[in-house]
Amino acid sequence: MSTLVLAEHDNASLKAATLSAVAAASQMGGDVHVLVAGADCSAAAEAAAAVSGVSKVLVADNAAYEHQLAENVSLLVAELAAGYDNVVAAATSAAKNTLPRVAALLDVAQISEIMSVESADTFKRPIYAGNVIATVQSSDAKKVITVRATSFDAVAAEGGSAAIEAVASVHDAGISTFVGEEVAVSDRPELTAASVVISGGRGMQNGENFKLLDGIADKLNAAIGASRAAVDAGFVPNDMQVGQTGKIVAPELYIAVGISGAIQHLAGMKDSKVIVAINKDEDAPIFQVADYGLVADLFSALPELEAAI
Amino acid sequence: MKVLVAVKRVVDYNVKVRAKADGSDVDLNNVKMAINPFCEIAVEEAVRLKEAGVATEVVAVSVGPKACQEQLRTALALGADRAIQVEVEGSVEPLVVAKLLKGVVEKEAPQLVILGKQSIDGDNNQTGQMLGALTNMAQGTFASEVKVDGDSVNVTREIDGGLQTVKLKLPAIVTTDLRLNEPRYASLPNIMKAKKKPLDVLTADDLGVAISSHVTQLRVEPPAERQAGIKVEDVAQLVDKLKNEAKVIA
Repeated sequence: MSTLVLAEHDNASLKAATLSAVAAASQMGGDVHVLVAGADCSAAAEAAAAVSGVSKVLVADNAAYEHQLAENVSLLVAELAAGYDNVVAAATSAAKNTLPRVAALLDVAQISEIMSVESADTFKRPIYAGNVIATVQSSDAKKVITVRATSFDAVAAEGGSAAIEAVASVHDAGISTFVGEEVAVSDRPELTAASVVISGGRGMQNGENFKLLDGIADKLNAAIGASRAAVDAGFVPNDMQVGQTGKIVAPELYIAVGISGAIQHLAGMKDSKVIVAINKDEDAPIFQVADYGLVADLFSALPELEAAI
Repeated sequence: MKVLVAVKRVVDYNVKVRAKADGSDVDLNNVKMAINPFCEIAVEEAVRLKEAGVATEVVAVSVGPKACQEQLRTALALGADRAIQVEVEGSVEPLVVAKLLKGVVEKEAPQLVILGKQSIDGDNNQTGQMLGALTNMAQGTFASEVKVDGDSVNVTREIDGGLQTVKLKLPAIVTTDLRLNEPRYASLPNIMKAKKKPLDVLTADDLGVAISSHVTQLRVEPPAERQAGIKVEDVAQLVDKLKNEAKVIA
């Protein structure tokens, strides 16, 4: 048994999600190798070689892989997959983009966003936005799997000493090119990666009032989210939406402010470790999932909270 | 330019889906069904391309049992010109859907195929990318902006931490994310008109695709229940609990 993990990296460094993917791969048994596909990515490869439990790092260092275009990287991974039983990656936007192409090239299914490894061919994964957990068994000899990073404890980033091996194969499909990138300029962490998220709902009354969340978010290094009701009411843009059709988050601390707790919102945040709800309606369904509920008017509670932390 | 847009019939997003007591499957008896929200955004984008004079024809396609014709009629009411149902029984895996769609792509030769990034039932997020691999087309997944420019398309994509723009040679695949557009509501006259628009039915045999199964669902279960916690008296008590009990803030 052997597993190839596709590394999540930006050429200069290895992203933490890779450590969770290696953890999942280790549970599948056998050797764990990591593929770093990029350009001038030796620093990321060296970081991968130090990861605990990794026995070999493959480096495909070529301009064709610089921006990890799915059309190119999928051809490389599909070729290398010949030597492995499993191809695994953390379910980041890069891997979600690339791995289904790999699976199709190999004529196998992809098992998306597994939460646990039950056996070599059986996994648990959330469906219906996490309202139901399915146990699925793959009949493919070669498995392509993405891993929900929040479900696996990261392996140590240090302590390993894997051999680094260069891969010469260059695949340039020639059908796509990178134009540009706009990485969020906000000092705040990204919604899906933040360890603290504070979200506002319809109770915020308007977009201007979302500024009441800013000071608290700054103090807690939190990302700011919103319920679908707040987005539909035009208070804030769509990309802030937490919920079944928005972003799924599972931070250490989730603070829901003026959010009633519609099913569609709960589906996006109920895996958070600690949930706080602030709402003036004591019967709001959000209190049924909250660890700490505060029945209060948010316009007085928020300034108090900001001052108290 | 012809645009093919794929739609899926799924449980309405407001329905709380539950596992059956025996764990055999989810309980979908008498639940409201709807067009998958991301597919609705795909239809809207295709219709906007037509309204802008970029697309000349919008063809909606759905893979599913006869009931999915309802969602195809919705797509027609939203502005698609004609529809194709690929008739299959039960649920089929993304790889098979991608193979069936490849067959439709070969018949229809669209310049652009727009799909939702994922369906809210299986949450797989695979079909568009798989179709890309099978047809050797480039893909702009999780799109928040689509600009056709001559024989290529620029797609701005929602990636972790920001946006990325890629230029793809046509024909190409686009999968939609939430920010791409806000779908319109179908007007009553358009719903009436949609009933008269052509809807063809194809089978997997017509497309030369064998329905295969690679994954078996052994059981389903509800997620671990969250215990309702406590109500705190005031902000001071809340902060104290967060610091000293939950230890999530310093």
